[in-house]
Amino acid sequence: MSTETSTFTTTDAALTRDEMARLVAADIPAGAFVNLGIGQPTNVSNFLTGEQGVTLHTENGMLGMGPVATGDDIDEDLINAGKVPVTELPGASYFHHADSFAMMRGGHLDVCVLGAFQVSGAGDLANWHTGAPGAIPAVGGAMDLAIGAKSTWVMMGLFTKTGESKLVQALTYPVTGLGCVSRIYTESAIFELAAGTVTVRSTHGISFEELVERLPVELVRAA
Amino acid sequence: MAPRIATTAAEAVANIHDSSTILIGGFGNAGQPMELIDALMDCGATDLTVINNNAGQADAGLALLIKERRVSKIICSFPRQSDSWHFDEAYRAGEIELELVPQGNLAERIRAAGAGIGGFFTPTGYGTLLAEGKETRVIDGKGYVLESPLHADFALIKAFKADTHGNLVYRKTARNFGPIMASAAKSAIVQVDEIVETGKLDPEVVVTPGIYVNTLVALGGNNS
Repeated sequence: MSTETSTFTTTDAALTRDEMARLVAADIPAGAFVNLGIGQPTNVSNFLTGEQGVTLHTENGMLGMGPVATGDDIDEDLINAGKVPVTELPGASYFHHADSFAMMRGGHLDVCVLGAFQVSGAGDLANWHTGAPGAIPAVGGAMDLAIGAKSTWVMMGLFTKTGESKLVQALTYPVTGLGCVSRIYTESAIFELAAGTVTVRSTHGISFEELVERLPVELVRAA
Repeated sequence: MAPRIATTAAEAVANIHDSSTILIGGFGNAGQPMELIDALMDCGATDLTVINNNAGQADAGLALLIKERRVSKIICSFPRQSDSWHFDEAYRAGEIELELVPQGNLAERIRAAGAGIGGFFTPTGYGTLLAEGKETRVIDGKGYVLESPLHADFALIKAFKADTHGNLVYRKTARNFGPIMASAAKSAIVQVDEIVETGKLDPEVVVTPGIYVNTLVALGGNNS
C-alpha cells in the first residue's frame, strides 16, 4: 500500500453530501477505471470532469457508462448495477458477468467507492447485512467490490443516529471484506488507512482533538 | 448438431421435468427470458432448483414460479428487493431454500461448470459468513475460499439474434449471464428476437458460439 503524504487541513463546517462527492471525484486519478457503488458513491460521477478521462465500470457488464438515461434514450437493455437506465459513452464496451467480475477480482479497476455500515481501523468493511434477526440477507456484488479494486474507498456518515462512531476497533456487523478499505470520506473527517494506522487527513466542523475523544481507534494527524 | 428450432416458447421448454436445476438469465429486466419463464410456469414442472441473480421481482416471471411454490431452492446473490414479496413470503414460511452466493462467485461458479473446472479458490467472501464451512487456503499471504462449479440441466436465456447454427449475439447489458449460462447447462434454451440464416451473422461478432445452444425460439422484440 502506498503511503501518501497529505497535508492536514480543517474547515469550520461539516461537509455536505455534494462536497464529499466533489472531494472523492477530485481524488480520482486521471484516466482511472472506477466502480461507483449504489447510494452516495453514485453521486461522485456528477463531479468528475471530462479532462479527468475517468472510465466508469458497472458490474452488470459494461465499461464506459454514461449519465442516467432520460426520455428517448431509455433502453431496457442498458442499465446499471442499480437497475437504472443509463447511456453509453464513445469507447464503451460490453462483456458477460464472469468477465465483469474477473476484471474486478483481477485488480484491473483502479478505484471502487462504496457505502458502509462500519469500517475498522484495520480497513475491514461491513456493508452488506445488518445481521438483524429476521432480516433476509442479500449480498449482490458487495464482497467482490470490496476486495477487487486496487483501492477501495468508503463514503459514509461518521456517526450513527445515536452518536456512535462507525469507524470502529472491530466490526460488530457481519464482514464484507477484510483489510480492504484504504480511505474513508465522512462529513466530519477524511481518513487514510494503511498498515493498521489511521491518519486523519482533514477535519470538518470538528477538531482533531475532539475526534480523538469520540472515536474508539487511535488516530494520527497528517503532517 | 444444429439446434432444434421451436415455434413457440411452450414447445421450447416442453422437455423440462420436475426436480430440474435451471439457470435463468437476466439482471433486472435486461436479458430476462420472460416468455420462456412464463412457458415454464404453464408447463407445470415443479420442485425446481433455480439459479438466477435475483429471486423474482413484482408479479411476473420467476416471482410467480416462487409464488406457486414451484421452486424448492434458489441459488442467487440478491434475493431481497423492494418488490421481492413472493420470495420474502416463501422464505419466511420456510418453503424455499436459499443459497446466497456473492455475485462474482455466482458468475465464476457458472463459468467453471461450463469450462470443466472442478473448483477454484477465490478471495471473494474470505473471512465472511458466506465462507463458513468452506475450505480456505492462504496463497502468497492472501486468503481464498474454495468454490465449486454450478451445473444445471437447463438454461433459459434471452439473446438478441441467432443464426440457424445457434450462434448468438446480445444487446448491451442484456448480455449479462447469457454466455456463461449457455455453457453450463446440459440443454440451453434460448429466446431471441430473430433467427437469421446461417452466414448472416458476422463470425467476428458472435458472442456465444452455437456449440452451446440446444433450442432456439424466435419471439420478436421491441429492439429490432
